[in-house]
Amino acid sequence: MATATLHLPAGAVTVDAAFREEVARLSGQPLELCFQCQKCASGCYPTQEGDYTPNEIMRLIQYGARDAVLRSRTIWLCTSCETCGLRCPNGIRIAEVMDTLKQMAAARGIAPAGETGPLFHNLFLSEIRAAGRVHETMLMLKYKLKTGNLFADMKLGWQLFRRGKLPLVPRLKKDPAVRRIFERASGQE
Amino acid sequence: MQYSYYPGCSLEATGVEYNLSTRAVAGALGLELVELPGWTCCGSSSAHAVNKDLALGLAAHNIALAQEQGRDLVVPCSACYTRLCKADHEMRHDPAEKARAERLAGFSYTGKIQIYSFLEIVKDRVGCDEVARAVRKPLTGLKVACYYGCLLVRPPEVRPFDRAEDPTSLDELAAALGAEPVPWCYKTTCCGAGLSLTRPEVVEQLVARILSAAREAGADALVTACPLCQNNLEMRRPAQEGIPVFYFTELMGLAFGLGEAPGWLKKHLVDPFPLLQRFSLVG
Ligand code: SF4
Ligand code: SF4
Repeated sequence: MATATLHLPAGAVTVDAAFREEVARLSGQPLELCFQCQKCASGCYPTQEGDYTPNEIMRLIQYGARDAVLRSRTIWLCTSCETCGLRCPNGIRIAEVMDTLKQMAAARGIAPAGETGPLFHNLFLSEIRAAGRVHETMLMLKYKLKTGNLFADMKLGWQLFRRGKLPLVPRLKKDPAVRRIFERASGQE
Repeated sequence: MQYSYYPGCSLEATGVEYNLSTRAVAGALGLELVELPGWTCCGSSSAHAVNKDLALGLAAHNIALAQEQGRDLVVPCSACYTRLCKADHEMRHDPAEKARAERLAGFSYTGKIQIYSFLEIVKDRVGCDEVARAVRKPLTGLKVACYYGCLLVRPPEVRPFDRAEDPTSLDELAAALGAEPVPWCYKTTCCGAGLSLTRPEVVEQLVARILSAAREAGADALVTACPLCQNNLEMRRPAQEGIPVFYFTELMGLAFGLGEAPGWLKKHLVDPFPLLQRFSLVG
């Protein structure tokens, strides 16, 4: 694969020409149309703590900066609020692109240091797989146990519990149909 | 009119008062909501973040269940509504996606049932005039900032029921209840609920900005249509911020004079009773 090194303010990035095509195919978005007007970034609040703005992510994809993009914090901060895609003059649904990037990073087990987004999503999905529905109480507990951050939000959890918002016994049922969807999604069937 | 009803996981836990109030006001308006038998999680924001097939398959499975019942599907939670609508839109307009969904969920898609948010049903099927006729205790003087959140009306090709940048349906509904909706600019700005557990410090900034914008606009309270927004706006608010956040169905219940309304409101993290007493809306 043809690669080169590009020096950006955020550091050196490796460039890989096949990356843009892969993201375009998986997201179904016309990435080549992005002309850096920055409308997406100007309405994007959630990723402000990230390492790149959404338009910078688009540019990095055009460059083929596979590693920089898949390791970025920004993709995990995107909440798919769709503000960017609504405003993009070129009809690029950036949220779809962000989803594709998360899926690619997750499939390769890549995440920036300290990012617990992928862990959270995996716990969430295993709840669905096991029980068909998500039991919010268990999910919060499991996440806290895995991240070792048991005491943050304790007071909040108690307040919710007292108001009957964190039931201990959920209305769940194991559902073989759901298990089959998981098997088909992982290519087992 | 009968509908299938998809509560979603949050309405059984953190959004329990949204579930109770939705069922109650539906009854008061003569809408029959029949809980979808065997409904499962729609995949929420986790499925589409890490696995495209799960996102489509889990949503399509519930559409398959609704199809079996042969009734249109009503979804109060904006997040579930988004996932189900998106899957439905893909199956309806893209033959390849339809085939993929049919394989994943093991059914054949007929496209015969429609998916609606509960807000859409109240606003477009019942109508504000009919809602206004059901009002016994108008919410006179109560200034509300209607917060739609990011998902309810986007993307526009999937959800054409209101304007994507400046929606008005909650405002019109609040006005029909006698309240006074205030103009403000944060109607659809994301509150970051999806990051509430993983990045609370980011979410706190987003929430603080939305709540202070509502105050600056002169609102006494916010009104939402999503359990994730409602919880997030109360859970991650700055410590000194006490502006209540209501579900639109709770305000409907109050204005209709339903006796169970105070029971729902007791479940809020931010106590709304002092405000409601000020407007003589609760005893
Ligand atoms: S969808 Fe993601 S990138 Fe786009 S505005 Fe929302 S958070 Fe930002
Ligand atoms: S709004 Fe569209 S064209 Fe403009 S910078 Fe963002 S992605 Fe590129």
